[in-house]
Amino acid sequence: MRHYSAFAVAREALRHHTGWERAWRSPEPKRRYDVIIVGAGGHGLATAYYLGKNYGIQNVAVIEKGWLGGGNTGRNTTIIRSNYLQDPSAAIYEKSRSLYEHLSQDLNYNLMFSPRGVMMLAQTQNEVRGYKRTAHANALQGVTTEWISPQRVKELVPIINLDGPRYPVLGALWQARAGTARHDALAWGYARACSAMGMDIIQQCEVTGVRSDNGHVKGVETTRGPIDCDKLGIVVAGHSGVLAEMAGFRLPIESVALQALVSEPIKPCMDVVVMANTVHGYMSQSDKGEMVIGGGADGYNNYTQRGSFHHVEETVRALVETFPMISRLKMLRQWGGIVDMTGDRSPILSKTPLGGCFINCGWGTGGFKAIPGSGWGMAQLMATGHSPLTEAFTLDRFAEGRFIDESVAAGVAH
Amino acid sequence: MSTRLPSHGRLIDRSAQVTFTFNGATMRGYAGDTLASALLANDRMMVGRSFKYHRPRGVVASGAEEPNALVGLGQGNRFEPNQRATTTELFDGLTAVSQNHWPSLDFDIGAVNTALARFLPAGFYYKMFIHPQPFWKHVYEPFIRKSAGLGRAPDSEARDADTYEHFHVQTDILVIGGGVAGLLAARNAALSGARVLLIEQTAHWGGRAPVDGGTVDGAPVDKFVEQIVSELETMANVTMRLRCMGAGVYDHGYALGYERLTDHDPDAPGPRHRLWRIRARRIVTATGAIERPLSFAGNDVPGVMLAGAMRDYVVNWGVAPGRRVVVATNNDDAYRTAITLKQAGVDVVRVLDARAAGGGALMEEARSLGIRVDPGRAIAKVSGGKRVKKVAICNQDGIGGAREDLSCDAVAMSGGWSPVVHLWSHCGGKLAWDEDRAHFRPDPDRPPLGADGRGFVVTAGAASGALALDAVLDDAAAAGKAAAKAAGHSPRRGKTPRGETTPEAAMEPVWLMPARADTPLRMKSWLDFQNDVKVSDVQLAAREGYESVEHTKRYTTLGMATDQGKLSNINGLAILADALEAEIPKVGTTTFRPPYTPISMGAIAGEARGEVFQPIRRTPMHDWHERNGADWEPVGHWRRPFTYLRPGETVHDAVNREVKNTRENLGLLDASTLGKLVVKGPDAGRFLDMMYTNMMSTLKVGKCRYGLMCSENGFLIDDGVVARIDEDTWLCHTTTGGAEHIHAHMEEWLQTEWWDWKVHVANLTEQYAQVAVVGPNARKVLETLGGMDLSKEALAFMEWKDGRIGEFDARVYRISFSGELSYEIAVPASKGQAFWDALIEAGRAFGVMPYGTECLHILRAEKGFIMIGDETDGTVIPQDLGLSWAISKKKEDFLGKRAQQRSHMTDPNRWKLVGLETVDGSVLPDGAYAVGEGVNANGQRNTVGRVTSTYHSANLGRGIAMGLVLNGPDRMGEVLEFPGTDGTVFKAKIVDPVVYDKDGEKQNV
Repeated sequence: MRHYSAFAVAREALRHHTGWERAWRSPEPKRRYDVIIVGAGGHGLATAYYLGKNYGIQNVAVIEKGWLGGGNTGRNTTIIRSNYLQDPSAAIYEKSRSLYEHLSQDLNYNLMFSPRGVMMLAQTQNEVRGYKRTAHANALQGVTTEWISPQRVKELVPIINLDGPRYPVLGALWQARAGTARHDALAWGYARACSAMGMDIIQQCEVTGVRSDNGHVKGVETTRGPIDCDKLGIVVAGHSGVLAEMAGFRLPIESVALQALVSEPIKPCMDVVVMANTVHGYMSQSDKGEMVIGGGADGYNNYTQRGSFHHVEETVRALVETFPMISRLKMLRQWGGIVDMTGDRSPILSKTPLGGCFINCGWGTGGFKAIPGSGWGMAQLMATGHSPLTEAFTLDRFAEGRFIDESVAAGVAH
Repeated sequence: MSTRLPSHGRLIDRSAQVTFTFNGATMRGYAGDTLASALLANDRMMVGRSFKYHRPRGVVASGAEEPNALVGLGQGNRFEPNQRATTTELFDGLTAVSQNHWPSLDFDIGAVNTALARFLPAGFYYKMFIHPQPFWKHVYEPFIRKSAGLGRAPDSEARDADTYEHFHVQTDILVIGGGVAGLLAARNAALSGARVLLIEQTAHWGGRAPVDGGTVDGAPVDKFVEQIVSELETMANVTMRLRCMGAGVYDHGYALGYERLTDHDPDAPGPRHRLWRIRARRIVTATGAIERPLSFAGNDVPGVMLAGAMRDYVVNWGVAPGRRVVVATNNDDAYRTAITLKQAGVDVVRVLDARAAGGGALMEEARSLGIRVDPGRAIAKVSGGKRVKKVAICNQDGIGGAREDLSCDAVAMSGGWSPVVHLWSHCGGKLAWDEDRAHFRPDPDRPPLGADGRGFVVTAGAASGALALDAVLDDAAAAGKAAAKAAGHSPRRGKTPRGETTPEAAMEPVWLMPARADTPLRMKSWLDFQNDVKVSDVQLAAREGYESVEHTKRYTTLGMATDQGKLSNINGLAILADALEAEIPKVGTTTFRPPYTPISMGAIAGEARGEVFQPIRRTPMHDWHERNGADWEPVGHWRRPFTYLRPGETVHDAVNREVKNTRENLGLLDASTLGKLVVKGPDAGRFLDMMYTNMMSTLKVGKCRYGLMCSENGFLIDDGVVARIDEDTWLCHTTTGGAEHIHAHMEEWLQTEWWDWKVHVANLTEQYAQVAVVGPNARKVLETLGGMDLSKEALAFMEWKDGRIGEFDARVYRISFSGELSYEIAVPASKGQAFWDALIEAGRAFGVMPYGTECLHILRAEKGFIMIGDETDGTVIPQDLGLSWAISKKKEDFLGKRAQQRSHMTDPNRWKLVGLETVDGSVLPDGAYAVGEGVNANGQRNTVGRVTSTYHSANLGRGIAMGLVLNGPDRMGEVLEFPGTDGTVFKAKIVDPVVYDKDGEKQNV
């Protein structure tokens, strides 16, 4: 792997950048691998990367139906935070956030991780109480968060309207070391590093069946022929149910489209990420200058990765109220991604009823931030059979009633 | 030099002069000008700077596809960045400023990036700025952020001075685009009797056909447009709107129209933008075509313009963008520009036709006017910084060795035309590659599908790929009829107007000019003018393995600018296909997403802002509360008084006063916001037995019962008192925030699972005003008002009765959420204020005070009553809260029953409800956790419980709290430690949750 640096760019500039090599190889599939990961999104690639890096398992293929990073990894609003309430969530998201801090150096690919701070506004008494509870929990979980006053909110976000007639801002939960990163770069950086370790990333290769023998996985059928493996990881958010069915089990997952949009680029006016859950919308400004806006999930199940308008209206309405000056900005583009929704809105990282087959899915609306931690834990689970990061997120928990519900901080109005 | 011509200008009114400013300089134009045409008329060639290299940028197009001419418009509360000059109609007093430069447009420090361009190829930032790690946040990113963005942000305190609104319409047929194709399609559709909505994004009907020339049924196109518009205007079933863009097409025939009502006349009354939310049976997209630029070195210099756009400026606005123009083309259409320029008196220096054999009849016509045409020739390079100075020409079939320099001040380029397929594609319509015209066009066999499995979008005219006038009209006529038929109407037979225009020779695709341009030329050949993506960037992406068109786009930012690649995408993917040695259709396009061009956030938000952002729900006594010091708290869409502040009082004092008074004298609570759902029908009892954990079917008429509702997963979601009104009617009280979703929850089960049960549910929350009359004097005040017998014997605890209190018809529930003697009294909403007034008046003798939600909370916490949202959070089951008594053991089933039998739910080691008493009497922090020994496998501190409710009790003179603690009820007396977020540790003893009047003597008097 050619090392990336300012010197390398300068050297290449002298020959019109004709000397750059491929970021990742485009190999033909082999007949057999130790491990096959289905899905070359962020979570799949990170799983492969840490299998190689932490456990020396490098005879790995990552198989992708479309193009790598083309699902939710390339469609989200790039928020990275770990101020979660429940212990298992805080553990995996904080692991993830801490890995992000050094990931550009680790991968030698600039992911532009920007720990600019994330704030979650409290606009009802219930939210105040919920976020204060989260702050207490975070302190014991080793996650640095802070309850801040409306005045501090205004200092950090000059464009915010604190005194809206409907939902004045009562304070916020602030995580200074949270932030954003360049989403595509995460997939590309992992792909390049996996490829450099000798792993095969096979794009345009759809899995059409899972082969097993005596309750143990043997390999997969693909549009480019059968491929054998000892262990199989299914990491295909949006289509998890489809793959699970091939492997012979069912998932407690619904698939819905999550909506997002960006404005036209403007000069910097907002340096932090703001999430407003009462009115429902969140916004940050990308390094390119666009206001990146996340909204809600459509109210019906489907697989089409399209934008719908109703949530966009609700979201923009909420944000115009929160940041009045955006009224005269324009929406440049809206899109949707298909997210897996579990009953408790927490992910599944688990062994499955099929021996040697593991699944990583159910990240719902918040998977991007978890990618490094998810890959780290999933690799540990696949390599050793156990990971403290993933042990609460088993598939069994739904049968046991052992939910990890993060929606609780929002509570219910009394 | 670009100037106003003495002739031409079909859209301007030379008698109406208009004054405007650009970067502070006063300029003049005419009514009917766009800002772009007026700037060109004032010889303002350079109007902006590009995003990455800060290169000088001039107007390149004449419509929605413009990537360069973006300006900041207006001032103060009306300032708006990134407005396209080409679609901004000029008005008197318009103020525009250029963008993305410092200190000025002409002298921009950022332009140093141009000199460094070689070091800043596509994706350079992924390879640099990696070390040292802290530098990204503190050094590199701030620098990059500062140089990014286009227009400046509106002022941080700016409140948009304009208003916006939404229209909701249903129509049989929506026709998007009011060019000749849209007009004809609309007419043919409307003749069938179908309701037709026709929208056009510009201020004029007719599109570009009148500029392109030709005849319809022997008459000029303008005449045809005039006729068909007046015909449509007389049809009652047709609605027409100009300045209304088709912004997006969504599932099931849903579409958005974006109408700009006053952008061209800011002082006019009414909303600025109107968002049309349209549901159509069928949609006809007559959205025309967009011309492609040619990729040659220096194609981004101000003065290089699309040939069609240059023709528009001459014909529509009487503006010549140059005095000496070179035309470069691969098709016949550009000759129309050459001819138009020549006829307008502009010197057409040369037409460079990349086709070895040149063109057809139009070429001959140009030659006959004395224009020199060079077949097989190409532009090697355009020279000039802020405007075109000269063009070096070469053979198209070569590497770019220049043969000749031509002095000129403008270049018209044409790479062929691509149909506008955006709206067709938004909702899944597929495209086919047209080899002959080198463009993607809608594939009529793969349209967007509606709920009936049939296509709901039809294309018409150039949007279908039909470019010549005769073909356009034939296609549009058929499209209009087909849409009408598909919408259930019978189209009329009739003659299709016959279009005639000069036939064109075949075009030849030219993706790079010259075909084998060397690297230095490719590094100067722009694909995306705004984002500064060049041919060499796409080739670099391909070389590095970013082979998918989506990878290339994201790696290079091709097509990600505000024009969303309207000019750059096809050229870019052709370059990519070439680099990959693949066919263009195999490479495919990126995804077309709404909106077609950017639409204002204001329009999307509509009327809902400020007070009406979300409706405030008011109880009948709302205004009284407001007048009497209510400190409001939003609860759902309601507002409830948190407390009533008296002059000089703090919130804390007011709450304490209310708490003591209610315990000692008399308190009134406006409980109107509590949900009141009537459940009625022969199967209502059976239904409620499924909804609640308790048995409700056996409740006697006249009695009340406290009920719990769980989700399918067994978690407690709502609680409240249920009263049986008559044999088949129950009234279910819900929490304030729960009314709507519990109603919906009931309906969902009734409609999807027990659809054959005879039950109706109605939400009567707003039909009643409800007042809780609470405290030792409660009965006395009601007796003072007179009426029904409310003695202990006549109305026992947990009973209800209808009757009269004073002059009011009332339903009285003898229930208590405070532990006091308490009546909750419902009167018709219209009588609520009068009833409240009567209580206040009569209550004076008994020490009456209203109390708010905080007092309510404290009273219930003193009694150990749980509150949904405090003690519950979606993870708590009734068994955790000591509420097993409210779970029927007799019922076969209820929602949550099976879930509660799961192993984790029946685990004896769960966190359970207890009271918590601080050792020093202080108030425990809200949400604090009790810590256990050591840390878990992830290094997190182990916890054994948490605070769910915590208050200062004025009655007890100390803090009281409830919490969930691991095996709590078995650990009475144990002291737990609760660290605060600041490190302070609170110690609290586990006690019984009921800390006031344990035996319930006060409520049962």
